[in-house]
Amino acid sequence: MKNVLCAVAGAAALLISAPSIAQTTLTVATVNNGDMIRMQGLTSEFTAKNPDISVKWVTLEENVLRQRVTTDIATKGGQFDVLTIGTYEVPIWAKKSWLVPLDKLGADYDVNDLLPKIRDAVSVDGKLYAAPFYGESSMMMYRTDLFDKAGLKMPDSPTWDFVVDAAKKLTDKSAGVYGICLRGKAGWGENMAFLTAMANSYGARWFDEKWEPQFNTPEWKKTLTTYVDLMKQAGPPGASSNGFNENLALFNAGKCAMWIDATVAASFVTNPAQSTVAGKVGFALAPNIGLGKNANWLWAWSLAIPAGSKKVDAAEKFIAWATSKDYSKLVASKEGWSNVPPGTRTSLYQNPEYLKAAPFAKMTLASIDAADPSHPTVKPVPYVGVQYAAIPEFQGIGTAVGQQFSAALSGSTTVDAALSAAQSATEREMKRAGYIK
Amino acid sequence: MARMVTTRRKVISTAAAWLVGFLIFFPILWMVLASFKTELEAFAIPPSFLFFHWTTENYVTVQERSDYFHHALNSIIIAGGSTLIAMLIAIPAAWSMAFSPTKRTKDVLLWMLSTKMMPPVGVLVPIYLIFRTVGLLDTRTGLVFILCLGNLPIVIWMLFTYFKEIPKDILEAARMDGATIGRELIYVLTPMAVPGLASTLLLNLILAWNEAFWTLNLSTLEAAPLTVFIASYSSPEGLFWAKLSAASTLAIAPILVLGWFSQRQLVRGLTFGAVK
Repeated sequence: MKNVLCAVAGAAALLISAPSIAQTTLTVATVNNGDMIRMQGLTSEFTAKNPDISVKWVTLEENVLRQRVTTDIATKGGQFDVLTIGTYEVPIWAKKSWLVPLDKLGADYDVNDLLPKIRDAVSVDGKLYAAPFYGESSMMMYRTDLFDKAGLKMPDSPTWDFVVDAAKKLTDKSAGVYGICLRGKAGWGENMAFLTAMANSYGARWFDEKWEPQFNTPEWKKTLTTYVDLMKQAGPPGASSNGFNENLALFNAGKCAMWIDATVAASFVTNPAQSTVAGKVGFALAPNIGLGKNANWLWAWSLAIPAGSKKVDAAEKFIAWATSKDYSKLVASKEGWSNVPPGTRTSLYQNPEYLKAAPFAKMTLASIDAADPSHPTVKPVPYVGVQYAAIPEFQGIGTAVGQQFSAALSGSTTVDAALSAAQSATEREMKRAGYIK
Repeated sequence: MARMVTTRRKVISTAAAWLVGFLIFFPILWMVLASFKTELEAFAIPPSFLFFHWTTENYVTVQERSDYFHHALNSIIIAGGSTLIAMLIAIPAAWSMAFSPTKRTKDVLLWMLSTKMMPPVGVLVPIYLIFRTVGLLDTRTGLVFILCLGNLPIVIWMLFTYFKEIPKDILEAARMDGATIGRELIYVLTPMAVPGLASTLLLNLILAWNEAFWTLNLSTLEAAPLTVFIASYSSPEGLFWAKLSAASTLAIAPILVLGWFSQRQLVRGLTFGAVK
């Protein structure tokens, strides 16, 4: 009995002493990529300045994270204090009042320094709902040595005609070199990110002003025909299963003369530790056909706070630190300027040291500036988002359409059949969701 | 002459068995090899099979970035706990259905199986809400509970089929000799059912170990098992193959070793009653 009493007293003493260290623990949900992992490594700098806050990380693969975080926020589960979300989620979740507006980021945060297009993409009605951690667009990466050899010169803003022509000329299948590598793997964030951006440059759009799907228009037919023909003649074999990583591996191994993909790839293809073609890569804007839109997208991984969080102050402090100018300087001092998260602040692109360390900086900025999520297409549309339409239904529809287009690329269906299947699938979903009757 | 044919046949069938075995094992071997490559070599085209610069840096990085032992301990507790509880419930259930069936037994069995026909994502939100309300989110108790429920139909079905193979007459004979129910269970039924029990236990353990849907969605930090550990190394944008392979190798190692040592029981159990 005495022992039991001692144990109870001991436990009680522990319980009483515990709250004397007033700690706020932030749980941060994030994606697995280089910039985020670097931030995890630098968190001790933040906690050293804020000893009352500790930070725990939940790192997950992008699609797993999206499902996990969506379930939690929709049910107000309260498992996370800071969320890493993309420009697709921000407008949808902000309208549902799932996010806390970020208006206490501090006096020296300098909101006006954020790149205008990126700031737009994470704001709703002028209010910032997420702070961009890094931003990206897509651009053309090409092999300067192969272009020189073939006597071709890549313009800063190429047309699709030029790209198609160059891709055919540069293809040398016997040497294992293909004119162009593009995404083919089905998924709304995979082939549809590229194809939607490409369609924008051809004057196509997902929906008209009344939310009617537009896959039966000549613009979409032109887009898909060009893409499929180009990839058949000048693309690598098995392209319908290639995503970002597969194309990166092909390009780094010297198998692609051109590659249009995320600007973040630029730092990989120019890094001699990863790439066999590091010194021979040039950059240009994604192609157009002269209608005023280039085939490039816009994306920013951003930090946000779920509504109902009980640790808003600490979370906002952390977000302000992670997306500040000082954070860029911190990364530069520890790991060099080329490792600073790109694409969020104007000041970074005015910094001569950064411009020297990152030869692709100018074109990254030009690509981000060329994308406009509020006016993504030539004709008017009822949605925001460049390579997606920011409505909750888009993930499902985008992936279903992506499967059709991937099948057209692999040859198991025709362009016409894929387009008409895409049209009817999208119509069905939009009717079900109540956008159209 | 006849002997020659037999030897040749033996050689061919042995070679074929090894080939099939190797083909099935190859993805795992490839993963283990990739875990010893640098990120660049893991991605190299054409890939190098054995002649590359072997390195253990991925394992060091993985352990630095995340606490493998925390996740492994969670996996052991969750998989082990849910399996044991499922067995405790399933053995009496299967026993009663096998040895004293009623006219509803078949329906009950089918109904149990029907719960497995619904995709789990269909009940994710209701379960998440219940877990949130009772405070089971990110707890090992919650995961033990949900995995136990999820695997229970399979466990009962497996045990039921094993128990059904045991001739009733033997039990009756034991009863004639004056054995009580307890003695009948311990001295007659258990020794005959051991292979079945062992293989059910192992299979259920493997299923619970590999379960990725519920463990990923209902855990955050404290209760996160090895599935979460693996998911943190997968990435659609960036080179993480070697690290992902290292994480996966670490995650499957314990269950692989367990399976290796118990394969005799497993095979015996799985073919138990196949030939009468």
